[in-house]
Amino acid sequence: MRNVGIIVRRELGGYFSTPIAYIFIVIFLAVASWLTFYLGQFYERGQADLDPFFTFHPWLYLFLIPAISMRLWAEERKSGSIELLMTQPVTLWQAVVGKFIAAWIFAGIALALTFPLWITVNYLGSPDNGAILAAYIGSLLLAAGFLAVGSFMSALTRSQVVAFILGVVGCFVVLLAGYPMVTDAFRSWLPQALVDAIASLSFLTHFESIEKGVLDVRDLVYFAMLIGYFLIATVVVLDVRKAE
Amino acid sequence: MIKSEHLCKRYGSLTAVDDVSFEVRPGEVLGFLGPNGAGKTTTMRMLAGFVVPTSGKASICGHDVEQDALAAKSSLGYLPEGAPAYGEMTVRGFLEFIADLRGLVGARRARLGHVIDRLQLGEVLSQSIDTLSKGFRRRVGLAQAIMHDPPVLLLDEPTDGLDPNQKHEVRALINEMARDKIIVISTHILEEVDAVCNRVIIVARGRIVADDSPQGLAAQSRYHNAVSIRLERGEQLPAMQSALAALPAVAEVEVSGRESRLTALPRQGSPILQAVSDLAAREGVELKELHLESGRLDEVFRTITA
Repeated sequence: MRNVGIIVRRELGGYFSTPIAYIFIVIFLAVASWLTFYLGQFYERGQADLDPFFTFHPWLYLFLIPAISMRLWAEERKSGSIELLMTQPVTLWQAVVGKFIAAWIFAGIALALTFPLWITVNYLGSPDNGAILAAYIGSLLLAAGFLAVGSFMSALTRSQVVAFILGVVGCFVVLLAGYPMVTDAFRSWLPQALVDAIASLSFLTHFESIEKGVLDVRDLVYFAMLIGYFLIATVVVLDVRKAE
Repeated sequence: MIKSEHLCKRYGSLTAVDDVSFEVRPGEVLGFLGPNGAGKTTTMRMLAGFVVPTSGKASICGHDVEQDALAAKSSLGYLPEGAPAYGEMTVRGFLEFIADLRGLVGARRARLGHVIDRLQLGEVLSQSIDTLSKGFRRRVGLAQAIMHDPPVLLLDEPTDGLDPNQKHEVRALINEMARDKIIVISTHILEEVDAVCNRVIIVARGRIVADDSPQGLAAQSRYHNAVSIRLERGEQLPAMQSALAALPAVAEVEVSGRESRLTALPRQGSPILQAVSDLAAREGVELKELHLESGRLDEVFRTITA
């Protein structure tokens, strides 16, 4: 546990010692606001809630989360620092979890900086703050899920560009797993039972139920298992390929 | 103690390391030599637990590098090839990170300051590692490796890219630590062997082809016990050359005309110094220089690894 904490601290420091963190946060806030006010018609709807804000999160994260996760392992392998890290007395698990948590905290900081929107709706009307809290939690879980997928994709390659593209595609597939554009690709050559299994893995359906303010245990378990699965996959891939 | 038992590493059809076995005991500074691509770095990586061997096993201070990886890594200071580090971090931040991972807390934290002093990193502490010169980067890598005062040090090309003064500094550091540690240095710089090692292993195409002391290795050279002389007067060179060649104990005479230097190579390494100096006196040749060679490592290296 101590080692995980040390790695989380180093990683978070790493985000903020380069311009990446600030650029990311500014772009995240700008695009999130733009989507909320223009596409989401925040004012025109005349309702005191944050629906127009959260609705777009899956699409916003689809591109922004892989931008965070692409460097998690690809950069370590490219620069060779993975050799340094893996010959310190830390396990691969501690490193994978530490880096994931640091990236998640960073995404959480960016999300927390959207608090003026929450103040705005509370100033304009009296929204259901419980539902808003649930939606924030859902958004955090969505970010974590995407980060776990991105961490896995980043472990596959030494190139950050490739890691980004794989990350976007991977996130797109898990996001829309229940929708025809993904299921159709599998239907022709997989048995129906497997296609249904893939369909039930969709991020979007689980996120939408939380976003409506319903924190169901099943949704939490779903996200926890999915994150766990992709982190295990990251460890397995790194164990085999770290030195290549 | 470092123990390597039949280590092999294959990448597809390529065998990078082939049945490498050796032991290194405290007080030994082992030079791990070989041409580029001979398997030095792969062997070091397997000892450090970074690359998993295809077969065979290795242990550091009795801890198997795979079964008991954390204990092995704790006994080990490792400088990877090229001294990788987190470039965006400052030197201080990076070394503090390593000290944290190495569990240097409380009174043991003083070690951090000691290491910084020892490698003279004080002036660059707040600089980011990306902006450092090659020499400083290498020293940061060394600082990282010796941070926890480990009993075993594996240094992969520790002086690569350093200028002569920095090389001297690093070698002095290694010599200073050599008394109570086990040190393995991989290198392709032969002068390093003379400067710091008391044992040499040469690898070529993944196999150990020599395991000896530097002196023992030099004794295999054609130049072992060779005598080289420089003449006061260059015009005496041809006469002296044929006189030397006529000596029964001399196998061959090499001439370097530029400095009017003659090198007499003995048969089977037998001592010929006396015979050569007697000959010069007899022939009335004035010598500017008379020099007994102990053997040339680079020549042995080329013969063995060719």
